[in-house]
Amino acid sequence: MYKILRRKELNPTVTLLDIEAPLIAKKAEPGQFIILRVDSEGERIPLTIADYDREAGWVRIIFQIVGGTTEKLNHLKEGDFINDFVGPLGVPTHVDGLKKVAVVGGGVGCAIAFPIAKKLHNMGAEVHSVVGFRNKDLVILEDDFAAVSDKMMMTDDGSHGTKGLVTNALKELIESGEKYDEVIVIGPLIMMKFVCALTKEYGVKTTVSMNPIMIDGTGMCGGCRLTVGGETKFACVDGPDFDGHLVDFDEALERGSMYKPFERHAHEEACNLFAKEVQ
Amino acid sequence: MPNMSLKKNEMPSQDPNVRNKNFKEVALGYTKEQAMDEAARCLNCKNKPCVTGCPVQIDIPTFVQHVAAGDFEAAYEVIAKSSALPAVCGRVCPQESQCEGKCVRGIKGEPVAIGRLERFVADYHNENCTEKPVKPESNGHKVAIIGSGPSGLTCAGDLAKKGYDVTIFEALHLAGGVLVYGIPEFRLPKAIVQKEIDGLKDLGVKVETNMVIGKVLSIDELIEEYGFEAVFIGSGAGLPRFMNIPGENLKGVYSANEFLTRVNLMKAYKDDSATPIMKAKKVAVVGGGNVAMDAARSAKRLGAEEVYIVYRRS
Repeated sequence: MYKILRRKELNPTVTLLDIEAPLIAKKAEPGQFIILRVDSEGERIPLTIADYDREAGWVRIIFQIVGGTTEKLNHLKEGDFINDFVGPLGVPTHVDGLKKVAVVGGGVGCAIAFPIAKKLHNMGAEVHSVVGFRNKDLVILEDDFAAVSDKMMMTDDGSHGTKGLVTNALKELIESGEKYDEVIVIGPLIMMKFVCALTKEYGVKTTVSMNPIMIDGTGMCGGCRLTVGGETKFACVDGPDFDGHLVDFDEALERGSMYKPFERHAHEEACNLFAKEVQ
Repeated sequence: MPNMSLKKNEMPSQDPNVRNKNFKEVALGYTKEQAMDEAARCLNCKNKPCVTGCPVQIDIPTFVQHVAAGDFEAAYEVIAKSSALPAVCGRVCPQESQCEGKCVRGIKGEPVAIGRLERFVADYHNENCTEKPVKPESNGHKVAIIGSGPSGLTCAGDLAKKGYDVTIFEALHLAGGVLVYGIPEFRLPKAIVQKEIDGLKDLGVKVETNMVIGKVLSIDELIEEYGFEAVFIGSGAGLPRFMNIPGENLKGVYSANEFLTRVNLMKAYKDDSATPIMKAKKVAVVGGGNVAMDAARSAKRLGAEEVYIVYRRS
């Protein structure tokens, strides 16, 4: 059992939890993930590590409520326990030797982009972050990004920062002559796909963090497979980071929708369940 | 005088048209009488070819003679000397190519049903014996076992009986390896696996779940910081291999490992499971081994109307 040390709602659909997991905190690196199970009957879900404190022994996760499991997770309080918490899994984001990087985050993906921006900043690299949200109510980690990078805030509707998509901002930066060693982009698949299309035009190396459906996270099941450069790769052990110019995003989008009806159903059921408990 | 019937005693089982709609165990096990009658088919021959066919060299004729005499606990003691998992092995060992494959009775007629007898003895013991095994005296040596599948559990059992301080590290949230994520409930009930693992715990074996060794701790750390003197790696058969044919990443294409893990470990066969699974009307299973059969039978039980096994050999 793994104790929740801290809980904070970052916006109405995104929550931060610090979980007591000293062994994982000792080894975690930006870009890696954990798999958790809320209770003894729960499904296993992968979440990328958003931060960690090796001395205090906690690992931070930030998640968006999308299905029954995240709904249940969101109802736990500080002091409650999560049944299972395993990691750190996957290969850490490759940051060695990078001098100037654009970190692009979209929505809850910013939670994963942040520790990478922080690590790059601490290494002495110049970091430009481009973070995008649908509107101002969904903005998370604004101050955190500001502390470690030159930040550009984008919202789809212009209610905060600049109106437009992250691709608009990134294009402007590149066209204004910024030369990046690498662009690291984390967010919804569709956003990563379009960022990669853009950076390919300009020939800038781009890394994406993939978050497909996963069960064991150790390479055993193959559920998280992707096509990268024409080869089948497992996000859990070969990734989750891949060369964005080689990833078959259309296939990943299709595979990601496999259980959409089930997720919606589970989410609604969980909502009703909690509604009943409140009454 | 041995029972000279050429045929094995049939083991009672669920009716095909009932069992293809549920996940309960297919085979129901021998009664005492059936077991004794079957055991009497053993000729107790001198050169014991069955023992050479057994990977852990259980003294098969001796345990079978105890069954024939109705002394099932004595039979259990004989098996337990060589095997840590009799209730599991009695169900899922490929006896036809091991002990039974060598049985002299198999030359003319069917071999002695050694597997069914092993299963009977283990189940009898589990149902009737309430005494916990005596914890062996510790020899003070610590051993780490990576993976809690059949090899890890067997190794743990053998070492614990010799007095070693054994800790098993399991990557998943539940111990058992392929016995819990791969082999379906209808062939190997999970309660049976749990019982065998509980038996190991009674012997003093510790089980740490959610530990991916190599990620959370290295083998060097196990030895240098945690004081383990030896490490056994039983990490399993590993990654699924895909065939690199067009369409294999389409929605609805599963590796057997993913399909079976969803069904077994994550209990997708239960209506109230939180784990989604595709319940298709028409299913093709590529392959022809045990795993393919497990997948095909699971698909049928999940409600498929047609299940095809596609195999490259005749």
